[in-house]
Amino acid sequence: MAHLLSEDSQLVKDWASDQDAFKGVSWGKAMMWIFLLSDTFIFSSFLVGYMTVRMSVTEPWPNASEVFALTIAGHHIPLILIAIMTFILITSSGTMAMAVNMGYARKRKQAARLMFVTALLGASFVGMQAFEWTKLIEEGVRPWGNPFGAAQFGSTFFMVTGFHGLHVSAGVIYLLIVARKIQLGHYEKEGNYQIVEIAGLYWHFVDLVWVFIFAFFYLW
Amino acid sequence: MSTSNALGQESQEHNTQEHPIGLYLKIWVLLFVLSTLSYMVDYMQLQGYLRWTLIIIFMLLKAGLIVAVFMHMMWERLALIYAILLPPLCLLVLIGLMAIEADYTILMRYDFFGR
Repeated sequence: MAHLLSEDSQLVKDWASDQDAFKGVSWGKAMMWIFLLSDTFIFSSFLVGYMTVRMSVTEPWPNASEVFALTIAGHHIPLILIAIMTFILITSSGTMAMAVNMGYARKRKQAARLMFVTALLGASFVGMQAFEWTKLIEEGVRPWGNPFGAAQFGSTFFMVTGFHGLHVSAGVIYLLIVARKIQLGHYEKEGNYQIVEIAGLYWHFVDLVWVFIFAFFYLW
Repeated sequence: MSTSNALGQESQEHNTQEHPIGLYLKIWVLLFVLSTLSYMVDYMQLQGYLRWTLIIIFMLLKAGLIVAVFMHMMWERLALIYAILLPPLCLLVLIGLMAIEADYTILMRYDFFGR
């Protein structure tokens, strides 16, 4: 630790320098990171709020394993839809990472195609979430109450997953726009495909948030 | 990058995040395995501290892999890593405070509802 903070450490030099602290990091990427940092605090506030109500309710908390179970071909499988949604989102992160690689290799056709695949997977995630919401609303889950237990289950569920779904939807639109621009050759003149990496940062962040929601809301 | 050209170019070369697809695929497989494991925690109906510990471990491993490799954090300069990864630690204070608050609330509720 001491050497990190000594006068000639790279960290101290970067932060103490004029004009830019993040050497070699383009403003676009730095700003995306700072935006993601602020978004981290928003999602964390929701999750901490969820923790607070869940710790302080006297009624039993609904069993997510049962609430989100589906019966497929006669088999009752707990939490299956959420598991599928998780795998879809991870897969989309994989295709996004490959798109970044293709972008830097200046294979713009492949990069754009992989981004379209990523957006498609994202859209299917949102579709499944819409299905999940519909099912729960039909079963009588409301922000102010539900038939399974503590009333706060509904409000936190709609708030947390809704805000995340909104992020995925925005990400799909963002990816489609960037992919289209790549296809049209907007970045060919400069030859700089960092835009794919920046869009990728946002997309991976959406996946990252889902990791925490999956753990704390669905599995806990 | 309006500073001296030589420096700008050098640092830019340093910073294009070009990494082999094979590495991404390996991380992808790892994330799949970790997700399957965390789903199994629920499927096997593990309960109590074992369940919570496993959930947290798998969650942190997945989050770490995504941030480090997919988001390229492990190849960034310390100045950026510290600026982004240190501030969220403040949240631990919020979590602690709210846990104390929730504890107080539920005790008051038991008191009032007479349970």
